[in-house]
Amino acid sequence: MENNKASNIKSSFVPKKKTFSEKFDDFKKSEGFYNYKKSKSAIAGTIIIIFIVGVALLGPLFTVQDPYDIASLSLMDAYRAPSFMDPDNTQFLLGTDQQGRDVLSAIVYGSRVSLYIGIVATLMASVFGITLGLISGYYGGKVESIIMRLADIQLSFPSLLIALFLMTIFGRGVTNILLALLLVGWVKYARTVRGATLSVKSSEYIEAARVIGLPSYRIIIKHILPNVLTSIVVLSTIQIGNFILTEATLSFLGLGVPVTEPSLGMLCSNGFVVLFSGMWWVTVFPGLYIMLIVFGINLLGDFLRDEFNPKLK
Amino acid sequence: MIKFLIKRIWQLVIVLFAVSLLVFIMTSLVGDPLSLLVKENASASQIAEATEYLGLDQPAYHQYFLFVKNALNGDFGVSYRYQQSAIHLIIERMPATLELVVIAMALSIVFGIVFGVYAGAYPNSFLSKTIMNLSIAGISVPSFWLGMLMIYIFGIKFGLLPVSGRGEVGTILGIKTSLATIDGIKHVILPALTLSMGSVASIIRLTRAGIQENMVQDYVKLARAKGVKNRKILFGHVLKNTLIPIITIFGLQLGSLIAYTTITETIFAWPGMGKLIIDSINSSDTPIISAYILLVAVIFVVINFVVDLLYCVIDPRIELK
Amino acid sequence: MEKLLEVKNLKTYFHTFKGVVKAVDGVDFYVNKGEILGIVGESGGGKSITGFSLIKLIESPGKIETGEILFEGNDLVKYSEREMSKIRGKDIVMIFQDPMTSLNPVYTIKQQIEESLILHTNLNKKERHERCVELLKDVGIPNPENRLTNYPHQFSGGMRQRVVIAIALAVNPKLIIADEPTTALDVTIQAQILKLMTELVKKQGCSMILITHDLAVVSEIADRINVMYCGKIVESSKVSTIMNHCKHPYTRGLLNSIPDIKDNKDRLETIDGIVPNMFKLPKGCNFYPRCNKRMEECENKEPEYREYKEGHYISCHYPIEGER
Repeated sequence: MENNKASNIKSSFVPKKKTFSEKFDDFKKSEGFYNYKKSKSAIAGTIIIIFIVGVALLGPLFTVQDPYDIASLSLMDAYRAPSFMDPDNTQFLLGTDQQGRDVLSAIVYGSRVSLYIGIVATLMASVFGITLGLISGYYGGKVESIIMRLADIQLSFPSLLIALFLMTIFGRGVTNILLALLLVGWVKYARTVRGATLSVKSSEYIEAARVIGLPSYRIIIKHILPNVLTSIVVLSTIQIGNFILTEATLSFLGLGVPVTEPSLGMLCSNGFVVLFSGMWWVTVFPGLYIMLIVFGINLLGDFLRDEFNPKLK
Repeated sequence: MIKFLIKRIWQLVIVLFAVSLLVFIMTSLVGDPLSLLVKENASASQIAEATEYLGLDQPAYHQYFLFVKNALNGDFGVSYRYQQSAIHLIIERMPATLELVVIAMALSIVFGIVFGVYAGAYPNSFLSKTIMNLSIAGISVPSFWLGMLMIYIFGIKFGLLPVSGRGEVGTILGIKTSLATIDGIKHVILPALTLSMGSVASIIRLTRAGIQENMVQDYVKLARAKGVKNRKILFGHVLKNTLIPIITIFGLQLGSLIAYTTITETIFAWPGMGKLIIDSINSSDTPIISAYILLVAVIFVVINFVVDLLYCVIDPRIELK
Repeated sequence: MEKLLEVKNLKTYFHTFKGVVKAVDGVDFYVNKGEILGIVGESGGGKSITGFSLIKLIESPGKIETGEILFEGNDLVKYSEREMSKIRGKDIVMIFQDPMTSLNPVYTIKQQIEESLILHTNLNKKERHERCVELLKDVGIPNPENRLTNYPHQFSGGMRQRVVIAIALAVNPKLIIADEPTTALDVTIQAQILKLMTELVKKQGCSMILITHDLAVVSEIADRINVMYCGKIVESSKVSTIMNHCKHPYTRGLLNSIPDIKDNKDRLETIDGIVPNMFKLPKGCNFYPRCNKRMEECENKEPEYREYKEGHYISCHYPIEGER
């Protein structure tokens, strides 16, 4: 009888594992999804992101030329205005630059570079930052004070300046940009994760987990990480946008990607030279596309932040 | 108070130490200063002379001490390109940059707070939603692109405003500024607008978030229960509570404005230190680069210090520690 | 006795994405002049929302659906926001639960008391200052002249609640709504504050609605008590009637869960079960799932709120017989 009672209590407290489709159903009924459906800007952001990813993945199948392939360029096509201004131009929708490169094709290929850098740098910065944050939050002591001191110093400088000087040291190159962005971006992750770790660490269930002798890596993975996951998702969304902008800026200043792999920022920089002769399309369209990418990401990121920000609720 | 000052100065020393070490490492990594100082067909003795002049024959830590010692005396060496004292070149260009930053900051504060308060107070109005969407656009737009767009529209297409350089400078209250002459004002409009855009957008968003956070606080409820009208609650109780944390943001924004002058000045050929640093980076002019970094580090530490002081003056809850 | 406030069929609903929460669902009650009315019940029972509804401080997604709030014969439900702001803080004031957050951290105590005086009186600067000092003295804050220029963070919790009370009393209101005024305070300070409030209310001759989950507290200072459960008043009467002749099983449950030193019980009685989900209230009597006197009728038919004896209202099909 006693035994039976105990098992009853247990079965009522241990949640059943849910299958994926059940979880998906829960999600569809959740308040977050309800708010999402109501938020025009979140949906607009999603549509923009899907469009951009689609263009980056499938775009090269539809472009009129491969802008990297110098043989396909012809100086005969140079200085063509966009189709809507020049009825004779049916081939190059957004015009061509001074070397006869199709601006639209260049944007499609350039967006791949920009997105690649934005996403990979965010992944790298998050992994690095989360690790440092967990270490300093969980173990504390000297390691913590060194890491956090460093973070403080770094945060008092604008990230653009830091990236600028790192690139001065590293020199141009995609890998170098990734490295510079990693060094710029880890701080926010480390701080968020450390804060969350500290608050979770002092909670009673972690004490309990420690008392029953769970090894620390298991405590970290099973108890602490899930608690900071939403913050990390929100942070990363916004970070991708920021990184794309930073990369574009660096490339515009000639401190970013190499000439052989032009990102959107670099296309703008190339177009700046001919802007004064009135060929605005060479620089305006790539810049507009950067803005579209970052705008879409920020629309969604904004929604996520509002949803997950407990302060406003 | 004295304790606070000592703590702050100690922090400054730590930051400067870290930065100077980084700068030193950077200068020894970037380019070969020798190749910039001596001609390609220089003789062996000329090279040796230059090596000794630059201290390159000494061990690394010795070179670092030499670097710090010279830096403390304001000597960062002679610019390879201009053949003038690096720090002198920077200080000469600083007023132009500060002018741009101050004007942009003023624009950001005025527009940022006005629009931010409105969007926070009436979150459901059409205008608020427009402001918020524009502010997202504002933080999404690449600053260099915005500058180019302005150049094209206002300069090239319609020829309304000059798009390059600083105009005539006059004197107001003993300060040399573009604002003293019509030509100067015309020249400063586009760069200042371009520079302020990102910061206006950020301040709008932060102000709005602060207002909304405060609107749901209990003290607002009590004020309403006292019969205080909504407008007075907003501009009295809530705004005061919102503006205090925004002071911190000003500090950060000021820093980021200084960083972004590198772009704005490059695009508009504004003769400030931002353009100088980009030109120097592109020509590996390390004395200027290192002088700039250390100077900027000092500026940022000072900004943070002033922000902390302001915070204490405005927020009754905080005392100097 | 003359009625100061009479509430008729008041309904305040919250329209959330999960459905409608009927936080206050058709309550009728009144407050006489100079009287202290207690509203008790478990958390989530709609007590606070009732209080906020009276001065129409209900935030979206909440809304006063229907009903009348007759204050000195005028229906406040029909009043505009502008008209309400003239009543709030002057005729009807409110004291909140948490004194730590209900004062504005960046204004001095004086500024916050003065705000009411400026809004609702014609006193000049000097008179206002004197009134502020007098108020702080009344609520028992030592050294009032010097304390006026302090900020809230320089006061302890109990002292802050005294300041909030001073703000409430500043313009001699006719009705004070006190929402759990002592819950956030230390037990020792709770008694002091309650005593202070009762004294000041009696001295000024105003009425008070005391909202609390603590039946023991309310029974000591109130004249009459409303017992609320799930947005409805289940029983209402004079304190002595509630304490000694209560008829509703829920009231009985609350009374039995008050610890009593004289009556040395082994363990306190509790009411079984929990407050039902506000989105899915029972079809019949809201208390049906937890009631130990329930009958078949209670499951499907909602009991009517009726006058059981003179001045004793109840909403139950099968009131408890006999004495406690």
